Amino acid sequence: MEEQVFHHALTILEDVCVGCTHCIKVCPTEALRVHDGKAKLLSNRCIDCGNCMQACPVNAIIIKHDDFNDIFKYKARVALISSVLIGQFPRHHTSRKIYSGILEQGFTHVYEVEHSAGILTEEINRYVAQHPTIRPIISSFCPAIVRLIQVRFPSLAENIMLLKAPLDLAALSYKKELIERGYAPEDIGIFYVTPCAAKIAAVKSPVGEKHSPIDGVINMDLIFNKVYSGFKKEQKSTCIVPEKEQLRPEEMLWSLTGGEAKYINGRCLSIDGISNAIDFLEGIENNDITNFDFIEVRACDQSCAGGILTTANRFLTCERLEERIIRYESDREQGKIINNKTIDKHTHYIKENISIEKIEPRSMLKLDEDIEIAMQKMEKIRKIRTFLPGIDCGGCGTPSCKTLAEDIVQGKAHTSDCIFIQTSLNVPKDQPIRAEKIWGTDRFRKLT
Amino acid sequence: MLNLEFVIEGGDFTKAGQASSEVKQILKQINIPPAHIKRIAVAMYEAEVNVVAHAYKGKMSVFIDPSKVYLKIEDEGPGIPNIEQAMQEGFSTATEAVRQMGFGAGMGLPNMKKNVDEMQVTSEVGKGTIVELTTYIT
Repeated sequence: MEEQVFHHALTILEDVCVGCTHCIKVCPTEALRVHDGKAKLLSNRCIDCGNCMQACPVNAIIIKHDDFNDIFKYKARVALISSVLIGQFPRHHTSRKIYSGILEQGFTHVYEVEHSAGILTEEINRYVAQHPTIRPIISSFCPAIVRLIQVRFPSLAENIMLLKAPLDLAALSYKKELIERGYAPEDIGIFYVTPCAAKIAAVKSPVGEKHSPIDGVINMDLIFNKVYSGFKKEQKSTCIVPEKEQLRPEEMLWSLTGGEAKYINGRCLSIDGISNAIDFLEGIENNDITNFDFIEVRACDQSCAGGILTTANRFLTCERLEERIIRYESDREQGKIINNKTIDKHTHYIKENISIEKIEPRSMLKLDEDIEIAMQKMEKIRKIRTFLPGIDCGGCGTPSCKTLAEDIVQGKAHTSDCIFIQTSLNVPKDQPIRAEKIWGTDRFRKLT
Repeated sequence: MLNLEFVIEGGDFTKAGQASSEVKQILKQINIPPAHIKRIAVAMYEAEVNVVAHAYKGKMSVFIDPSKVYLKIEDEGPGIPNIEQAMQEGFSTATEAVRQMGFGAGMGLPNMKKNVDEMQVTSEVGKGTIVELTTYIT
């Protein structure tokens, strides 16, 4: 398990990285270190949440996605988008116009992920009812949260519902639809336009599934920039979108906070933001937070509207999507809504393929497989920590004094990596250390 | 053998659970199986909250060896006059104020017992209570 290589979309550009400590400080799984003057990612710890990318002052962390031109390898080129992409555009651009702007880029079809949310809601309700001994059931929607639980809350891995995310269900059913319309399977390329890094990781190394039904992933900011610059130049669109089927109102908000939990029976709650998520999961693990049937947990503030690859302000995106519902209602009054959705034809197929396999914990916390050795290491860590200054300056290249102690015990760092210890070793005992004026005398010379 | 000690302050619910969280982190680091951690965490948290809710101050000592986790929670407080009664589900002496914070449902001691292999409660009225919890790691 430990040797497995995990795909990460987050990539550090070595020639851009200035080796500061911003990223290592914000990582919720302590997955970054500075070494040789550059930030390094510990692959088995990273959950692709994107906190580091946001914190980087020089834009040295990027999200690696597939080459846009890959779409032209296929005859049917599907842009699988989240409703959140529609929410990126100022309100006067209708979704129909945005669809045509996307087609203008070379796609042949546009399909929204959330079309599958209606069927999934039904299935989650069934799942929650069928698993009365597991409480709370935790949604599998956010891949960063699934990975967070695997590495930091291993005992909660069994609480994650074993159902596919809307992304996979939409891809599966739309591929089937296109096959029925006469395309050969190998001619269909489904490209997901992602708001975050975690979704890329979910496509490239899925949890609980062998293969993802998605053929490629393109960053949302790239698509937004392409489409929006077309709008700005006021190019007349050559791609006229026929009367398109619309998401149902409850599906439009599915990717936002509360979008999922609102429709699940029983006592449910929605949590967004990674530190809120950690707090809440901690509470569940202690049995301090009890009696919930279902919880929706999303890594980003305002869920996918706050995804690292979004352009618009997250709150404006939410507002924009709320407005979509109002437009829908007025369209419905005017009889403009197509009631038969493509996906409804494939309900049976989706339900047959909705399950994923058991999600295995992969704890990054354990110091050793052998409890006895792990305990000895723990003892050493506690001892080393008493010598360290405890200010978590990051000067050693690890996020905190605690992580330095752990790295020392694991043979990945040295005591002298601590700049406080270095200083105290270099100044003769009878001479004062300048930095004592700032940090106080008792932080130095613990070793000497 | 790993030995840890934590001070628990009585009456401060904002800090209730801190000691348990730290111990839980250590149990994860020394690779105690997740299923055991889950049960120990529940018992330990209940014990910690009990001290916060009922006592003036307390101490949690943790002794870990590869075969078992032993927790000793000692407090200075009112003590328990009738332990048998306190062990019954739903029995609680918590004040209304404590209950309004979501504590004091009378599940503390029974829940601890359910989640460990051995439990011993000794108490002296007017002095304090000692709860000992043992979990065998198999």
